[in-house]
Amino acid sequence: MTEPVELRADVSTQTKVTDQLAEMPWWFLFIFLTAIYLVYSFYFNQTYQEIFAFLKDGFIVTIRVTLIAYSIAVTIGLLTGLARVSKNPILYNVASVYVQIMRGVPILVTILYVAFVITPMAVEQVNKMGVWLAELGLLGPDNVLALLGSRTAGLSVSFEARAITALAISYGAFSAEIFRAGIESIGRGQMEAARSLGMSYLQSMRYIILPQAVRRVLPPLGNDFIAMLKESSLVSALGVKDITQLGKLYASSSFEYLKTFNIVAFMYLFMTVLLSLGVKFMEKRLRMDG
Amino acid sequence: MAEPIIVIKDLKKHFGHVRAVNGVSLEVQPGEVVVIIGPSGSGKSTLLRCINYLEVPTSGDIWVDGIHLSKKTTNINAVRREVGMVFQQFNLFPHLTALENVTIAQTVVRKRKKDEAIRIAMEQLERVGIPEKANAYPGQLSGGQQQRVAIARALAMNPKIMLFDEPTSALDPEMIKEVLDVMLSLAQEGMTMVVVTHEMGFARNAADRIIFMDNGVIVEDTTPTELFTNPKHERTKMFLSKILH
Ligand SMILES: Nc1ncnc2c1ncn2[C@@H]1O[C@H](COP(=O)(O)OP(=O)(O)O)[C@@H](O)[C@H]1O
Ligand SMILES: [Mg+2]
Repeated sequence: MTEPVELRADVSTQTKVTDQLAEMPWWFLFIFLTAIYLVYSFYFNQTYQEIFAFLKDGFIVTIRVTLIAYSIAVTIGLLTGLARVSKNPILYNVASVYVQIMRGVPILVTILYVAFVITPMAVEQVNKMGVWLAELGLLGPDNVLALLGSRTAGLSVSFEARAITALAISYGAFSAEIFRAGIESIGRGQMEAARSLGMSYLQSMRYIILPQAVRRVLPPLGNDFIAMLKESSLVSALGVKDITQLGKLYASSSFEYLKTFNIVAFMYLFMTVLLSLGVKFMEKRLRMDG
Repeated sequence: MAEPIIVIKDLKKHFGHVRAVNGVSLEVQPGEVVVIIGPSGSGKSTLLRCINYLEVPTSGDIWVDGIHLSKKTTNINAVRREVGMVFQQFNLFPHLTALENVTIAQTVVRKRKKDEAIRIAMEQLERVGIPEKANAYPGQLSGGQQQRVAIARALAMNPKIMLFDEPTSALDPEMIKEVLDVMLSLAQEGMTMVVVTHEMGFARNAADRIIFMDNGVIVEDTTPTELFTNPKHERTKMFLSKILH
């Protein structure tokens, strides 16, 4: 049904105030007030203080896991993104298979797969190779692989390391797509101008295309970082003692579910809201620079 | 006569079913200024882009300064640094200042020291008449200024040949002259130039030869005077009557 025109005109004259009210960042105010309420509660509530103290170490683990996994993911992403825009069919197809698999498999499954399938298999292979090389004696008993083999024979790879690996290869695929889109958003003329001056493909990428692409990928990469910070809670499935895992442990032994998960949620929210504001600010700055 | 600096033999470039260039042979002498005209889609850009291998020919052979381009062992980057190219859309690097646009390939490709590259860049920016814009970014320059920086960028590599693909077509009318003046003085200094343009004034004043292309082939290859006063082919006459009113 179409609205009567005169009614719409009527409304538009009085919407000024409500428009302004609607544009206010109420969501931020709401979160801010909740935060104040929670912080207030933390200070004057014994249980909250205990939970907070218990979760503090998890906070550090969450940040450590995220930072390391993210750095690796961005590196993988840059290389894979370059491969995805490459004309080399081998590079392109290998990169595409990787990206498609990672995009199609839930991160939790990737984490379980890396932790319980790939890592044990890899360790076993290294051991076998080490033993084989040592027996063969060709390279001497103390060549690198043999040493690694004997070292890892009794050693295990920590679950935190497995979790980081899984997060990194999952997000490597996501950031690869961000880099690919960023590179492809730079007009074809830029590459042609660079090549016409005698630059090689890689020189053109390094000095002309990537510096321009980076400014366009920074905001989406920032959003990926926020997403990973949240998704890192999945590492609790491996028993890695991050915020979530410590929360689960504390809640199930104390039965303080509400308060514990209040704090768990608050810790994530605190970090992600701050980071979102950072990304918004960055977007604005980049837009102003043109 | 000296050895030709560009030799093209039976060049063909097809895009799927489109025969963009369909059998072109052409020689350009050192110092010669060749203007190419022809209707849109006749293959002018494609021919030009084959000369520095931005397009890989479907068949045929090209020699630039004696180097056979389609030979496997040819280092195409080494050829390109001897062949400057100026594009219709300027294609300046927007993240670099005018000066950096002119120095980047000098340092990366020619391996010149930074201060030497800057000295040469300033010389070239003076030559095209905008040394005062050295520190401006492309986004802060007018179209005419951008195109002159693009010419300086190509010249700073000391090319033996300059290719121009409709360098004034994207410019507002009042800026066309400043770019044509730069090109004219370059022609007078003896630069070898292949220029796709519909600026007939430039063709009259600067061209040694003028080539009319249609449907991927050269229809007429003659002097400007001859072409304007006495075009041989019906297609040439029709085209000229459209652009010279
Ligand atoms: N990269 C390309 N892919 C497909 N077709 C192309 C490509 N470049 C040019 N063509 C086609 O080749 C023909 C000649 O184009 P072009 O050389 O640009 O002509 P001109 O410069 O004379 O206008 C046109 O039909 C054009 O559509
Ligand atoms: Mg063209």
